[in-house]
Amino acid sequence: MAKPKVAFYWCSSCGGCEEAVVDLAEGILQVVEAVDIVFWPVALDFKRRDVEAMPDGAIDVCFINGAIRMSEQEAMANLLRRKSKLVIAYGSCAWMGGIPGLANLTSKKAIFDYVYHQAPTISNGSAVEPLPRTDVPEGELELPEFYEKVKTLDQSIEVDYYLPGCPPTPKITLEAVEAILKGALPEKGSVLAGDRALCHECKANASKPEKLLIKEFKRIQEVIPDLSKCLLAQGLLCLGPVTRGGCEARCLKAGMPCTGCFGPLEKVHDYGAKALSALASIVDSRDEAELARIFDAIPDPAGTFYRYSLPASLLGGRRQVTSDK
Amino acid sequence: MSEAFNPRIVGFFCNWCTYLAADLAGTSRMKYAPNVRVVRTMCSGRVDPQLVVWAFRNGADGVLIGGCHPGDCHYQEGNYKTLRRMGLLRTMLAQLGIEPDRLRLEWISASEGERLRDVMNEFSAQIRQLGPLETKSSVISSQSSVAQAAP
Repeated sequence: MAKPKVAFYWCSSCGGCEEAVVDLAEGILQVVEAVDIVFWPVALDFKRRDVEAMPDGAIDVCFINGAIRMSEQEAMANLLRRKSKLVIAYGSCAWMGGIPGLANLTSKKAIFDYVYHQAPTISNGSAVEPLPRTDVPEGELELPEFYEKVKTLDQSIEVDYYLPGCPPTPKITLEAVEAILKGALPEKGSVLAGDRALCHECKANASKPEKLLIKEFKRIQEVIPDLSKCLLAQGLLCLGPVTRGGCEARCLKAGMPCTGCFGPLEKVHDYGAKALSALASIVDSRDEAELARIFDAIPDPAGTFYRYSLPASLLGGRRQVTSDK
Repeated sequence: MSEAFNPRIVGFFCNWCTYLAADLAGTSRMKYAPNVRVVRTMCSGRVDPQLVVWAFRNGADGVLIGGCHPGDCHYQEGNYKTLRRMGLLRTMLAQLGIEPDRLRLEWISASEGERLRDVMNEFSAQIRQLGPLETKSSVISSQSSVAQAAP
C-alpha cells in the first residue's frame, strides 16, 4: 500500500505549530516513515503550483494551522480543501481563531491607522496603505486582501477534525497521526483530545479545597506559587476548570496557570462567557463595591477569557458601531 | 428608520421572587412596557453568562435579570453568584462593544409588583434611548464547532 500523502500549511499563525511538528523529536521519524509529505512550505520546497497540479483528493490528510486573516490564506485553504480527503485544523488559531483572533476586538481601520500611520517607528510620508490592487507603470500589482475580521478555519472551509493547543502537544499530535493511520478516527467534527477538564490531569488537583473561594486575584509576577497546591486556590487566574484537558498540564508543572489554549469542553458554546462565569462565581464577596475592587485585578476580561477563541465566540468580536466607520 | 424603535428585551426571572412579582403585577392589573420577553429560571444563579451573550447575539437589545434580594435566595447563594458574574460580564461586554447598561440586574421580591412595573418601564425607556443593538450584521456568521446550537 502506498504511504498516505500528508500536507502541512500555515495561515495566520506564529510558526509555533510548525515548531510543534518538529518537537515530535524522534517521533517525527516514525511519522516520516509512515507517511509521504507532499507539501510543507516551512520545511520543504514545494510550491503552490505543485499542489494545483495534483488531482482533487490526492492528499490524504492536510494539517492547517493558523487563523484566516487574509484572502491569500483563504484561497490556499480552499485549494487544500479541494485536494485533500481530510482537513485537520491544527492548533487553537485554526480551530478557534487563537491569538491573532484577538484583533477582532478592534477593526481593520484601527489596525491600519496604527500600523501604517501612528506607530512611533513608522515613517510613511505619503500615507501609503497596502491595497489589493495597485497600478504601477509596469502594470498592476496584487496583494492579498486584509479582511475586516479574523476567521477560524471552519468559517472558511469545511474541517474534518480539530487538534487543540497553542501549540498542540507532541502527545496529541502523535495520537492523531496514529488514529489516522489505523483508520480509528472518531465522528467527523470531533476535537482530538479528551473531554474532561484540565483539573483532572493536574497534579495539584488533590489539594483543591472542596469549596474553592478566593478573595483576591494575583498576577504571576507577584507570587512564587507553591506548585504542589492548586494555583487557583493561591489566587492565580487559572482556567483549568473550564478548559479541555489533554495537554498533560504542562504549563501547570512549570508554575504557569492555564490560559485556556485547549479550548472549551464539548457542551460549552462560548468559552469566554463560561470561563468568566466559573472564575467570577468563586470570588469570596457579597458586596458590589468589594467585588468591583477584586475584579480590577482582571483589567482585560475579554482578552483573558477569549484569549484563544474570540472569532469562534458567539459575538465573534467587538461590535462595530455604525459611527465607528 | 420609519418605524419607531421598539426594544426587544429578554428577562430572566427567578422562580421564587421576580417571577412571582410579575405574577402579582399581572393579577393586580398593572400596566407596564410590553417589551420584556420573560424566561422563568429556577434561580437567577442559573443564568449562565452564555445565555446573556446568546440573547444579545440573537437580537436582544437588552437583558434584564431578576432575582431575590440578597439574603433571600431560595438556594442560599444563587443570587450572590449572579452578582459576581454579571459585574464582570458587564466589563467584558463593554470591551465587545455592548454598552454595559444593556445588561441589568435587579432584586425584586415576590411582593414587589409595583417595583417590577417601574423597573420594566424604566429599563425599556433606557434601552429605547440606547437604540437597537445590531450584532448579527457585524459579526461573521459563525459555523464554528464551538458555537453551533443554543446553550
